[in-house]
Amino acid sequence: MTKIKLTKINKERWNRFCANKRGYISLYLFSFLFIITLFSELIANDKPLLIYYDAGLYCPLIKEYAETQFGGEFETGADYKDPYVIELINKKGWMINPVIPFSYNTINYNMTGPAPSPPSKANWLGTDDRGRDVVARLLYGFRISVLFGLTLTICSSVIGIMAGAIQGYYGGSIDIFGQRFIEIWSSLPTLFLLIILSSVVQPNFWWLLGITLMFGWMSLVGVVRAEFLRGRNFEYVTAAKALGLSDPKIIIRHVLPNAMVASITFMPFILGGSITTLTSLDFLGFGLPVGSPSLGELLAQGKANMQAPWLGLSAFILLSLMFSLLVFIGEGVRDAFDPRKVY
Amino acid sequence: MPLIHARCIRKDMEKTILTIENLSISFKMGKRTTNVVKNVDLVLKKGETLALVGESGSGKTVTAMSILKLLAESAIYPTGSIEFSGKNCLTISNDEIREIRGNKIGVIFQQPMTSLNPLHRIGKQLKESIFLHQRTITNRKADEKALFWLEKVGLKDPSNKLSSFPHQLSGGERQRVMIAMALINEPDILIADEPTTALDVTVQAQILDLIRDLQEEMGMAILFITHDLTIVRKIADRVAVMKDGQIVETDHPDKIFTSATHPYTRHLINSEPEGWPDPADEDDDTLIKVEHLKVWFPIQKGILRRITDHVKAVNNISFTIKKGHTLGIVGESGSGKSTTGFALLKLNNSKGKILLGENSLNDMDKTQIRQLRKRMQIIFQDPFGSLNPRMSVSQIIGEGLSIHHPGMTPKQEENEIIAVMEKVGLDPATRQRYPNEFSGGQHQRIAIARALILKPEFMVLDEPTSSLDRSVQSQVLDLLKKLQKEFHLTYIFISHDLKVVKSLCHDIVVMKDGVIVEAGNSNKIFSHPEHDYTKQLIATAFH
Repeated sequence: MTKIKLTKINKERWNRFCANKRGYISLYLFSFLFIITLFSELIANDKPLLIYYDAGLYCPLIKEYAETQFGGEFETGADYKDPYVIELINKKGWMINPVIPFSYNTINYNMTGPAPSPPSKANWLGTDDRGRDVVARLLYGFRISVLFGLTLTICSSVIGIMAGAIQGYYGGSIDIFGQRFIEIWSSLPTLFLLIILSSVVQPNFWWLLGITLMFGWMSLVGVVRAEFLRGRNFEYVTAAKALGLSDPKIIIRHVLPNAMVASITFMPFILGGSITTLTSLDFLGFGLPVGSPSLGELLAQGKANMQAPWLGLSAFILLSLMFSLLVFIGEGVRDAFDPRKVY
Repeated sequence: MPLIHARCIRKDMEKTILTIENLSISFKMGKRTTNVVKNVDLVLKKGETLALVGESGSGKTVTAMSILKLLAESAIYPTGSIEFSGKNCLTISNDEIREIRGNKIGVIFQQPMTSLNPLHRIGKQLKESIFLHQRTITNRKADEKALFWLEKVGLKDPSNKLSSFPHQLSGGERQRVMIAMALINEPDILIADEPTTALDVTVQAQILDLIRDLQEEMGMAILFITHDLTIVRKIADRVAVMKDGQIVETDHPDKIFTSATHPYTRHLINSEPEGWPDPADEDDDTLIKVEHLKVWFPIQKGILRRITDHVKAVNNISFTIKKGHTLGIVGESGSGKSTTGFALLKLNNSKGKILLGENSLNDMDKTQIRQLRKRMQIIFQDPFGSLNPRMSVSQIIGEGLSIHHPGMTPKQEENEIIAVMEKVGLDPATRQRYPNEFSGGQHQRIAIARALILKPEFMVLDEPTSSLDRSVQSQVLDLLKKLQKEFHLTYIFISHDLKVVKSLCHDIVVMKDGVIVEAGNSNKIFSHPEHDYTKQLIATAFH
């Protein structure tokens, strides 16, 4: 029963969100892109998806096979781009290749010109300065950006909401010291610190996440704190206190739901901000480790290779598409949560 | 009941200045439209006071605000017209209606706290409405005029008030400023939307006198919106009773009070709280003993936030309550009566001794207090505000059970919830619904059920009926009396409404500025008040 009724408010919000065509279509497109890129390995890979060889099925995506298994000479892993290996397999069976036969780190040695090579039949958007396929890198790059952004958004929201909740609910000296700490902490020159820190440690996905999280959790504190300052004086909160409810339970059951509306409204924008942070770090060369598919790095390449506009342009178009979608979704969510808005 | 009504009838009172004909108002919410006002006919004559009476939600305010087109944009007018000085207010342009607003028709709102802009000085806000409608006036003339009106509405030290900010004025003073603002352009009609509801009783009487005197002097017509029949009797020439968006009866107040034709009007008149509390045994044990209770809030100043002084909300009060008795705490807003109630429940920090049976509450730690909470409960003033809108009624009522009886199975909890809902007169079948589907009186019943399910010994009732309509009030009071009898409950009843207090309380404590000015048996206080302040309170409540 509870669930049905709770979704009544949310259903109304969902209906309002759907009524905003721009936000709705953006969410649709964004989810489509994200789900597609989640399966990047099936779309862009230098290994075949499935091999039928000598009455047996092989799946190189999951397991690495030695060349000898297909009747080759080397004990090492099979190189499925090698014409010799291709010939061996096709003799006793067949193989299904993905649509884009390059992974993000595959170097195409059969380029039409020197790297970065312009768009061609094999490389739809050309190759970058190391001969890697741009479409493959965009696919993987989009995925890692969104995944990074989502993780960072969730983690920073959790921390931010907790910090704001505690400050707002208890008020007094906790609030004052918390506020001053956040003021000092947020006035640190974040980008420089990130650069210094990421030159001390070998940055990988999780390191970067940790470092950006250290400086990114404050975005929701103010909103949540304000909602709690307001909410803790509600009569039903006092009533819950009079019933003998413990503080954590009051916070979670009675006050937090009020703050969630504001928080959720902010989330698409935080997601956009998180992705920007990663992209700019990558652009400056302090981001993900060398060789990772990253949109920021592609932008940097575009800047270094002005003679190859397909690099910068494709990264730019993908990034601006992603951010526009996120902003439209965010606007849609914001309006959906505003009951006064009438469509 | 003697009727005090001695308004002189002037000759020019027959001239009609405002005619509302067949007016209907609906609000559009998405695809849904709600009909709020249905086919209302009203006539306002020159110099008269027409009282528009009805319970909350009956459409009084909406009707009045439609005259000046002050409703939200979602309001639509399916039928009807509002004619003022030869024009239909519903169809004229915004420029024309602005010419009428504040110039020909003035408005006073219910909330004096929020109807003045907190960022501007009183003088500036007063002069704003002068400049709007008299474009050629000089600044000095406007100053003089503002000062003149502040004097006229009876503000002390008016020249100083001109440069004050709203927060420096009390509620009554702010309402006087609002009246000055509404009248400064000498309008033909004054719309007063519950202008005294948010004020203390003694201030209420002064404001009503002021409005009446100004009307005598200026001869304007007043559309007075109220739910309080006592005020109607004092001020109105004619009364229109509204129910569910329709006018059910319009008549002279004398006739309305003696021989109302419509059953709803009679119901309204008969629902004034009456009677006495059920007698309580004087030999009962003392349940609560309060000695030298103090609640001081520090005033902090400077960067170091040194404590320079204290607001003495409650200052050194002592009283006792016997088991099964009701103690009424009476006083105006800011007298510290709610603070006292909160202190008894340990919902704020206090000094002094509070004994609940054998337990000294101020010597116990948080966990011990939490254990005791099932013995003491509270009902709040705003019944809707005290219920979490995101929880169903059964979740709200059952919340205390999970804390104090954690061993209960869901089935047992449900049975308890059903039992307590029946006790307070709620249909248990509605327990899966949400608070917004219930009415004000039912909200208060839910709040009572939530407290009652823990089987408390005493309850603090913090103005539990003051936001309810009179007819609902008496039902809630009857319920409280019934429960007291059945469970031998001890109540602390906090209220500014002496009529309600009289019908429920055995003993009374009168508070003013944080101290007790008079205490004793309810019979004695109502028949022979000793302190001047008590006398004044009783005089304004039962004229």
